[in-house]
Amino acid sequence: MTKFGKWAGRALVTAIATIGLTGVAQAWEPTKPVEFVVPAGTGGGADQMARFIQGIVAKNKLMAQPLVVVNKSGGAGAEGFLEVKGAKGDPHKIIITLSNLFTTPLATGVPFNWRDLTPGAMLALDQFVLWVNADAPYKTAKDYVEAVKSKPANTFKMAGTGSKQEDQIITAMIDKATGKKMTYVPFKGGGDVAVQLVGAHVDSTVNNPIEAEAHWRGGKLRPLCIMDSEKLPYNEKVTATQSWGDIPTCKSAGVPVEYLMLRGIFLAPGVTQDQVDFYVNLFKKVRETPDWAEFMKKGAFKQTFMTGKEFSDWLGKTEAMHYGLMKEAGFLAK
Amino acid sequence: MEELNNLMHGFSVALTLPNLGFMVLGITLGILIGVLPGLGGANGIAILLPLTFSMDQTSAIIMLSCIYWGALFGGAITSILFNIPGEPWSVATTFDGFPMAQQGRAGAALTAAFTSSFVGAFFAVLLITFLAPLVAKFALKFGAAEMFAVQMLTFCSFVGMSKEPPAKTLAVMALGFAMAAVGMDTVTGTLRMTFGYPELLKGFDFLIAVIGLFGIGEILLTMEEGLAFKGKSAKIQLNVVLQTWKELLRYWRTSLRSVLVGCWMGVTPGGATPASFMAYGLARRGAKDKDTFGKGNIEGVVAPETAAHAAGTSALLPMLTLGIPGSPTAAVLLGGLLIWGLQPGPLLFTEKPDFVWGLIASMYLGNIVGLIVVLTTVPWWAAILRIPFSVIGPVIIVICAIGAYTVHSSIFDVVMMLVFGVFGYLFKKLRYPLAPLVLALVLGDMAESSFRQSMLLSQGSLDIFWANPLVAGLMLLSFTMLLWPIVPALKHYLRGRG
Repeated sequence: MTKFGKWAGRALVTAIATIGLTGVAQAWEPTKPVEFVVPAGTGGGADQMARFIQGIVAKNKLMAQPLVVVNKSGGAGAEGFLEVKGAKGDPHKIIITLSNLFTTPLATGVPFNWRDLTPGAMLALDQFVLWVNADAPYKTAKDYVEAVKSKPANTFKMAGTGSKQEDQIITAMIDKATGKKMTYVPFKGGGDVAVQLVGAHVDSTVNNPIEAEAHWRGGKLRPLCIMDSEKLPYNEKVTATQSWGDIPTCKSAGVPVEYLMLRGIFLAPGVTQDQVDFYVNLFKKVRETPDWAEFMKKGAFKQTFMTGKEFSDWLGKTEAMHYGLMKEAGFLAK
Repeated sequence: MEELNNLMHGFSVALTLPNLGFMVLGITLGILIGVLPGLGGANGIAILLPLTFSMDQTSAIIMLSCIYWGALFGGAITSILFNIPGEPWSVATTFDGFPMAQQGRAGAALTAAFTSSFVGAFFAVLLITFLAPLVAKFALKFGAAEMFAVQMLTFCSFVGMSKEPPAKTLAVMALGFAMAAVGMDTVTGTLRMTFGYPELLKGFDFLIAVIGLFGIGEILLTMEEGLAFKGKSAKIQLNVVLQTWKELLRYWRTSLRSVLVGCWMGVTPGGATPASFMAYGLARRGAKDKDTFGKGNIEGVVAPETAAHAAGTSALLPMLTLGIPGSPTAAVLLGGLLIWGLQPGPLLFTEKPDFVWGLIASMYLGNIVGLIVVLTTVPWWAAILRIPFSVIGPVIIVICAIGAYTVHSSIFDVVMMLVFGVFGYLFKKLRYPLAPLVLALVLGDMAESSFRQSMLLSQGSLDIFWANPLVAGLMLLSFTMLLWPIVPALKHYLRGRG
C-alpha cells in the first residue's frame, strides 16, 4: 500500500504540475503584430522610448509577434488617444503616454480621459531640469531667479515644447514662484528647444535630461536645478566635474517647483485581465534588461514602476493636480 | 589634412565585402520604398530599424543610410513617369519631368534626375567631410526670425512662377494656407477649423494632398483623354544615359546654384522640400527660355533634384552634430543612433570617430553604388510606360491608396486622397495652378509658427526681422526676389514715358 501511496502521490503531483503548466501555456498571448501607438511625433522623448522598447523586445525575443511603432501625433496626441479609445476590446493595440494624457483633453476639450483606457503599467517618470546657456552669467538657480525678479516682466524668454503642455505648465509654476512672468515661446520638439538655447535665442528651457544631455556634456548648456523632491541617484560623472546627482533640487534653490512626467503604457478599453497581465509581464522583462538600465541612466529617469490599483490611484491624483495647475494658469478649454 | 586621414580610415571601416553587400541591399530596398508613394524613407527606415539591432553598429547604419539614399533616388521615378511624387521633395520634379515623359523623353528625364541627385548629394558629402564643425556653428545662428526669413525667401523665389493669371495663383495659394492652418495651433495649443471632427485633428497631410492632386488627378485626366499614356510611343534606347550626360554638362551653372541652395537649406535646417522649390524657382528665373519651363525643360528636372539631394544629405549634419534632425527620415535615423548608444551632439565626432567617419565614407560609396544601380535600370523604368493604361492605371490607383493609408494608417486618408484627386482634376480643367497650393500647404504651417515665435520673442515688434545682419540680409534678398519680376515692366513703363 505504501508503494501505491507513493505512486498515487507522484501521480497527483504530476497531475497538478501538468494543470499548472497548461494553465501557464493557456495565458493570453498576442496572435498578430501589436501596434504600439506613440501620441507624439518622431524623434521626441516618447517616440525614442517606444522605439527603444521595440528594439529591446526584438533583440531579446520577448514576444513571438512583432511590436510595430506607429506615430499618431495629430491634435497634441489626441489622434492617438482617440484611436486607442475607439479600439474597444482590441488587445493588439497599446499606447505610450506622456503628460498630454492629462493636458490635451483639458486644453483642447477633445473628449477622452485616462479612464477611457485600460491602465497597464508605469514604466518610469521623466525629470525636468532648468537649463541656461553655459555662457550666461547665472551659476545657480538663485542667481537666475534674482535676475528674473530684478527685471520687468517678460524680459526673460523660456522656450518649451508645445503649448499648454508640461513645459508651459512648469513655466507658469516658476512664474508664480518668482512673481514675474516670463515670455513662453513654444517649439515643435524638445531637440529644437535645446538647440534654441544653445544658440542663445532664448534665456532658459526646462528640457528633459535626455534632450539636453549631449549639449551639457559638450559644455554648451548649464543645469541649474531639478524639479523633483530629491536629487537624482545617478552619480557617474557626465561632464568633467558634474554628475546628474550633483544638480540641486529647485526647492532647495528657492524655486518650489516639482513636476514629473509619466512614461506609462495603456491598453484599449474592455480588454481582459489576462491581456493586461501579459503586457505588464512583458514590460517587467524589458525593465530587467541591461539595455534598459543603460537607457534609464543616460536619460536620468526616475525608475518608479507601478501597476494595478496603485497606478490608477496615482493617475487620479496626477490628473487632479494637472486640473488645478491648468485652471490657475488659465489653460483650460472654454 | 586631418579630415582626409579620418576619411581614409572611414573607408577602411566601410569597405568590407559584407558592408558592400549591405549597401547594395539598402539601395535596392530604398528605391522600392521611394517608388511607393507615402511609404517614404522615414517609414521605411522605421520599419527596418529593429531588423538591424542584431547587426554590427557600423554595418547597420551603412545599410540604413543606403536605404535613405535609395529612397531619395526612387522618389524621382514615379514623379517623372506618372506625375506622382513619391516624396514631398519630388513635387518640383514633376513640373518638367512628367511633361518630358509625355513627350517620350522619360529615359532622358530619369537620367537627368538620377545624375543630378548624385551631384547634389556628392557635394553635400564634401561639405560634411571638410566643414562639419564650421557649418554646425552656423546652424546655431538660426532662431525663429531667421527661420521665417528662409521660408519667406522660398516663397518669394517661387512667386511669379506660374503662367496662369496672378489672381488664380493667389486664390490657390490662399487655399493652401487655409488648409495648412487646420488642426492643432502649436502656438496657442488649441484646435482650429476641425469643426468637431476628430478626423481633422491631424490637419491635411501634405503627402495625401499631393498623391491625390497629382496622382489621382492625372489618372482622371488620362481616362478622359482616351485611356492612353502619351509617352507610350517612347523608344527605349540603351545609350540614352550617355546622350543625356552630354546635354547635362551645359547646365553646370544651374547645378552649382542648386547645390548651394540645397546645402544651405539642409544645414539651416530648412529641409529638402523647400530647397527643391527654391532651386526650381531660381533656375527658371535665371534661364533665357523661361516659357519652356513646365513644358518639359530638362533644366527643370536638374535644379530641384540637385537641391533636394544636397539638402537631404546635408540635413544629416545638424543631426550628427546638434541632434536636431533636418528631415523626418533623419529623425528616425536619430532614434536608431540612440538605440545603439550613440548620443548625437557636438561630441559624437570625437567620441565615436570610427562610427562617424565610417558613416561619411559610406555616404560616398553609397551614392556611387546607388548611381550605378539606378542608371542601369533607367531603360526598364522607362519601359513601364509601354504597359497598356488599362493594366497600369488600376495598379497606380492601388499604389496611391496604399501610400495614402501608410502615412497615418488611417482609412479616412484614402477617402481624403480621392477627394483631392477630384479637386486636382477640376483644377487642371479650370487651369488653376497646383504648385502654389502645394507650396503653401507644405510651408504654411512652418512659416506661421516661425513668424509667431518671432513675434513672441520680440513682444510684437517687427524689428526682429532686421535685428542682425543675417536675418536682415535674408529679408532683403526675399524682397528683391519678390519685386524682381516687375523690374522689366517698370523699366518699360519708365522708358515709355520718357
